[in-house]
Amino acid sequence: MTTVRAILHRYPAVSPAIVLVVSVIVFGLINGRFLAPTNLSLITQQVAVIGALGIAETLVILTAGIDLSVGSAMVLSSIVIGNAATGMGMPGPVALLVGLAVGLATGVLNGLLVTRLNLPPFIVTLGTLSIFTALTLLVSSGATVQGDAMPSILTWTGLTVSVLGVDITYGVLITLLLYVVVSFALARTAWGRHVYAAGDDKEAARLTGIRVSGVLLSVYLVAGAIVGITAWIQIGRDFGASPNAATDANLSVITAVVIGGTSLFGGRGNVWGTLLGALIVGVFRNGLALAGLDVLYQTLAVGILVIVAVSIDQWIRKVRK
Amino acid sequence: MNTTIATATRTPVLAARRLVKTYGHVIGLDGVDLELYAGEVLAIIGDNGAGKTTLIKCLTGAEIPDEGELELDGKPVRFRRPQDAREAGIETVYQSLAVSPALDVAANMFLGREVRRSGALGSVLRMVDTKQMRARARAELTELGITTLQDVTVPIENLSGGQRQAVAVARAAAFGSKVVVLDEPTAALGVRESNQVLDLIKRLRDRGVPVILISHNMPHVFEVADRIHVQRLGKRAATITPQSHSMTDAVAIMTGAMKG
Ligand SMILES: Nc1ncnc2c1ncn2[C@@H]1O[C@H](COP(=O)(O)OP(=O)(O)OP(=O)(O)O)[C@@H](O)[C@H]1O
Ligand SMILES: [Mg+2]
Repeated sequence: MTTVRAILHRYPAVSPAIVLVVSVIVFGLINGRFLAPTNLSLITQQVAVIGALGIAETLVILTAGIDLSVGSAMVLSSIVIGNAATGMGMPGPVALLVGLAVGLATGVLNGLLVTRLNLPPFIVTLGTLSIFTALTLLVSSGATVQGDAMPSILTWTGLTVSVLGVDITYGVLITLLLYVVVSFALARTAWGRHVYAAGDDKEAARLTGIRVSGVLLSVYLVAGAIVGITAWIQIGRDFGASPNAATDANLSVITAVVIGGTSLFGGRGNVWGTLLGALIVGVFRNGLALAGLDVLYQTLAVGILVIVAVSIDQWIRKVRK
Repeated sequence: MNTTIATATRTPVLAARRLVKTYGHVIGLDGVDLELYAGEVLAIIGDNGAGKTTLIKCLTGAEIPDEGELELDGKPVRFRRPQDAREAGIETVYQSLAVSPALDVAANMFLGREVRRSGALGSVLRMVDTKQMRARARAELTELGITTLQDVTVPIENLSGGQRQAVAVARAAAFGSKVVVLDEPTAALGVRESNQVLDLIKRLRDRGVPVILISHNMPHVFEVADRIHVQRLGKRAATITPQSHSMTDAVAIMTGAMKG
């Protein structure tokens, strides 16, 4: 048992990987349509947005913080893109850049409040969650911008290419690209090591000469950039920008990170675990729906998954204390 | 106050003048002077709460003193952050060790000064050279004779308290080019490992790197120190030498039973 625990401690992505493989097999056996290319394509699309936001959330959680606002920041960015392109008549690429800038700004705001005012990230992002939601309603006046009213570049992320017989959207590919880039930065650059060190033990990191507040600010900045990019993926996925989109995204993202084995105490975990976590939630929701179960059972299953994942994290962390 | 005559006319490598540090109503340092000369081991002794840790934190940028000045080679310096002191060549093993539990031994030794890969991988992609850092970490530990710790890829949290201390000491010894400061570096070590650290301190001194050593262990202090700074109630009570005073005298000055 202790060796199992030691392995899980060193490779926190192992347990979600096992859960994912087992659940895919089980759902495949329950319903033959689960493994059909069209259904697999659907799952990847359902997971793309939460998966991309999960990267931003993982970065923040690795620093022992939490971001309750990523979902609403993403919706705000998508609404800005939609309205800039239609109501204000900006060209597609410009509207996109404005949206990216808004995403970045949400990250900068969170980061400055956390590092300059020394407020707990939970409180900061609880506040900005409301602010971003209010701004979304202000900008959109509650109205959805339809995809066919937008320049085609904005909905490009919803187009598909066929990969091994499964239709994959460009949005999904962008999400995967983000995973590759961020996991590289975390594992192979000094910045990545400083992110882990800052989340692990802030005072130790400071004493070893790391500028902890600079690292934290950079993390929120990167998270903001990812939020902006995800807004583009979201517009393609929904073929439009709606103020009521992705209402449960804020919490689903944290769910994916936690199931993926990243510790809420900081300093432990990685983005691949989060991708697995997002896939597990997507597979459970999709598989249970195909099995004919009501949405309430999907929600129930996700709730149980979270509690099991956090219990496993606690157990793993007892390796040496 | 006893000061060794031979050192009185030389310029100290590191000097502190009238350092004051308060934490709210608690006075950590109450106008402390300190001189560290080239080629010496300066021990700092004192009771718990005498201000030893606070003093070396003010010397190494971990705390900013409320008042007082620092001089490095006779020139005024100000350390606002720990990395300012590090860049000046001052390496410190803090009492808390300041290691990151989830990172491995090599990553900890190079934390904050990672070595990048050569070529575009390093300059464009900013990739760190894990292989080289591991090799250098291994070499450094071997040189220190720390044989219980050959796998530099284990996370620090899997090490014993003594092994963690060894990593922190090895890091300081490897990078300290000007001054090495050790805050109770043998507190968690066994007899053999303590002796290795004492040997290391002597070797650093012989290499020309002066050392500040905080310790509660009087035999250790009297074995390696050239001079002993006695800290008491936030002040320097005396500076003595192992030749001028006995261990009993040193303890008496520490506790206030004897005037320095
Ligand atoms: N961060 C802090 N906040 C408040 N008070 C502090 C802080 N750090 C030190 N002090 C106080 O300053 C005084 C000196 O503490 P310091 O840690 O320097 O003692 P020390 O000589 O290193 O003791 P020890 O031998 O126990 O390590 C103590 O009264 C301590 O309570
Ligand atoms: Mg102390």
